[in-house]
Amino acid sequence: MDGRQQTETDGVSDRAIGRAGFLAMLGAGVAGLFYGKDALRVLRGFVPNTVEALVPTAGWRIYTIGDRMPAIDPSAWRLRVEGLVEQPLSLSLADVKGLPRAEQVSDFHCVTGWSVNDVHWAGVRFQNLLAAAGPLPGAGALRFVSDEVPYVDSLTLDQVLLPDVMLAYEMDGAPLSRPHGAPARLVIPRMYGYKNVKWVTRIELVERAEPGYWEQRGYDSDAWVGKSNGLDPSA
Amino acid sequence: MTRAPRPGYLRRFTLTERLVHWTHASAFFALLATGLVLYVPVLSTWINRRNTVKNVHLLTAIVWAVALALLVVLGNRAALRGTWREIETIGADDRRWLRGRRAPQGRLNAGQKVNALLTAAFAVLFTLSGVLLWLGERDTRFRLDGSVVVHDALMYVSLVLLTGHLYLAVIHPKTRHALRGMTLGDVREDWAAVHHSRWVEEERRR
Repeated sequence: MDGRQQTETDGVSDRAIGRAGFLAMLGAGVAGLFYGKDALRVLRGFVPNTVEALVPTAGWRIYTIGDRMPAIDPSAWRLRVEGLVEQPLSLSLADVKGLPRAEQVSDFHCVTGWSVNDVHWAGVRFQNLLAAAGPLPGAGALRFVSDEVPYVDSLTLDQVLLPDVMLAYEMDGAPLSRPHGAPARLVIPRMYGYKNVKWVTRIELVERAEPGYWEQRGYDSDAWVGKSNGLDPSA
Repeated sequence: MTRAPRPGYLRRFTLTERLVHWTHASAFFALLATGLVLYVPVLSTWINRRNTVKNVHLLTAIVWAVALALLVVLGNRAALRGTWREIETIGADDRRWLRGRRAPQGRLNAGQKVNALLTAAFAVLFTLSGVLLWLGERDTRFRLDGSVVVHDALMYVSLVLLTGHLYLAVIHPKTRHALRGMTLGDVREDWAAVHHSRWVEEERRR
């Protein structure tokens, strides 16, 4: 039992080696909490894409607020556009796809720290989607209601009309998949992922933006990437 | 569990040390499994129980931490202290061994020491980054965009370490006898004389 006593004859400085290694690992890990994302960015410059492709996530993680992600039959899906509009709409997926198609390549940033670069989206811009509904003068924001109850989030009218915002129905050349919000999701690359509502079934035009699911839990409403949610380097 | 070892055998690990090892090992596998379900989209989609899996992951982490704390408080603290001192001490022979040369090894060889140091550091960092992820979801003041990077990177490096560890402990014919030391506590003296000659000498001298 007592054979565990210090039996090494090498002395104190040898012990310092192991301890230094242990503390160095801790230090490197703590530094990673602050600079890990930058380090990853630098690393991506060296590592061939083939290695990156081996990572099973392709960069994405699938977040849901509940236990079951919605499974929407695309042929039964209807997008309702209502609220402060002249003409409430109920659009099928074919109707949405019949609107002028827009494509873009943009990065996707999650507030928890991961990012996916160069995602290829196809969908419809909001000026085209809203044209048929005709927003009333009092309408100042859009409320996006997800099929994943009670997920909801809002953007101002100005925000949805930014040139890189869309309601997307394709991702990387294929119809949007279930984990990514099929059949249609909001894409606003300059805001964190939680604003990019998945499984959108209803868009309500309202006077002003209301706090969404995560905003009710303390997240910022204007979730600009790098400038909100405690991730502003200058804050 | 302080019974004398069988003739021809040497006691290598106390019950406390073995319990620490197996607590850590079983928690690691549970955390890895649930973590991968949260992390890999194919698995998330297939299991499709994010909240439940997340809760199991968090609960496992809590049980792991409490169990380790209890083992330290109620277990053989002297043995744990001695083992940690042994792990931290990277002597001249260990350094030679790490450079790929033959050198007599103590109860733990230099590779086992490095593995233990890394595992201990990773445990602290997994906990730290995990707690920050949990807090950051609730309060933006705790949100560091490197937490998730550190948590993931630790997982990848741990998998590499674990693979090597399992190979040596379960498959490699020359080393796998060591598994007996971690399960029953004792190892054959003739095996130890080959792989841990300095330890055997010390035991004989006592």
